[in-house]
Amino acid sequence: MRYLVVLLLGLVTGVAIALAILFYNPFTAQISLSPLAVSDSQQISLRYSAVAEDSIIITNSGDSSRLQPNPVKVLQLWEAPISNTDVLVTLLHDSRNKSVGIGVKFSSRSERTRLLNGKALVDSAWYIYLPGKGSMLIEQSENHWAFLRDVIIPARWNSGNKWRGNWQGIITDGPGALGTARVYGGSGIYSGLNSEAIETHTAKAYSTDVGPVAMEGRLTIDLSVEVDDETSADASIY
Amino acid sequence: MIKTFIFGIILGLAGAFAALHFVSVVDQHRESSLISVTRNGGNTEVFHINLPIDRIMTGAQGQANPLPPGMEWPNDPIFSNVRAELFKLRNARDAIVGVASRFALSDPEFGDKIEWLLHLPARGSVFVRMSPQPVDRSRVGDLSAGTREFGSMLGQVSERWIADTSGSSGDLTGRIELSMNLLSKEQYVPDAEDAE
Repeated sequence: MRYLVVLLLGLVTGVAIALAILFYNPFTAQISLSPLAVSDSQQISLRYSAVAEDSIIITNSGDSSRLQPNPVKVLQLWEAPISNTDVLVTLLHDSRNKSVGIGVKFSSRSERTRLLNGKALVDSAWYIYLPGKGSMLIEQSENHWAFLRDVIIPARWNSGNKWRGNWQGIITDGPGALGTARVYGGSGIYSGLNSEAIETHTAKAYSTDVGPVAMEGRLTIDLSVEVDDETSADASIY
Repeated sequence: MIKTFIFGIILGLAGAFAALHFVSVVDQHRESSLISVTRNGGNTEVFHINLPIDRIMTGAQGQANPLPPGMEWPNDPIFSNVRAELFKLRNARDAIVGVASRFALSDPEFGDKIEWLLHLPARGSVFVRMSPQPVDRSRVGDLSAGTREFGSMLGQVSERWIADTSGSSGDLTGRIELSMNLLSKEQYVPDAEDAE
């Protein structure tokens, strides 16, 4: 009996060590420099609030572990094939905080998630419409491991279920070779655009009850790659 | 005793890493796809949206009763020519398989367009642009881009409104039918007219 208790204690210690290695694994450090930062090509930057209350709508399965849907009476995505999906509709702002467009983001937790490799993956698709400019689709694979490790887990450990600080990270993790998202032009001046983008999050406060309390997302879109419509090259920079 | 403890630690470490490696954190539910193969080697798949029960959002300026209730659609004049809708998407067996957005755009410079983004979590997304003018009661548009499973496809998607006149479906007023006719880019052979 004594040996069984000691074995169980050893097992628990082993699992705890494994989780500590996973949590402090230095090989899963996030990319801090945007692959687009070294590009001298034309880019647009679109900002949005990642706080649920600031969105036009946000909906998901309504689980307590997810962001709370907004507004409260929005139809929830409780059916099994879409229960791992979030839908966000938000205003997009330029760098002067002027509303320039509307974005719809569909994001679904990915089956390629491997926590052992520091990959908490989400497959997402942005539809972006900028009046007077045009529309585009952004396809990306997002890695939320760094946000989970640096913000969500510390918030859960905190006695008040809150986190405060200054966290910034690139969440885009592909499918581009340099870890960039793919951009496909739709209508208007972006017709024929075939380019790259990255999405960055900046968090200042997080609560386990309501999700992000002060957090901003930023999409940086490169406009210079394989634009087959000449007018697209004249797109002004926001 | 100490050997048992060390053995327990090793067992715990190995078990935890094995579980992290082999056990899937995300288990995506899949419905069986209902696809018809066409003569050119492509495939046809039909989705639909039952209205009003599958409508998640209707965003447009000047709505007396916004959907969902309590939503604040932006009043900025630049969005005056936009009507945005969100839906749940069903397959031919009437099972929910995804979500979709539909934007009806009326841009003074670039003309009118209807743009769909269909998102099927287990498979990928489909971005479609279509002309607002119907042909034979359907609007037809090209697949502008696809992601994951649809990334290597090209083809067309048609949108058709089918009103429910039977009165047997309770509150349903009808449905939007979306028919996708896709072909792998590898299988596509341009005909003589296209080649010119």
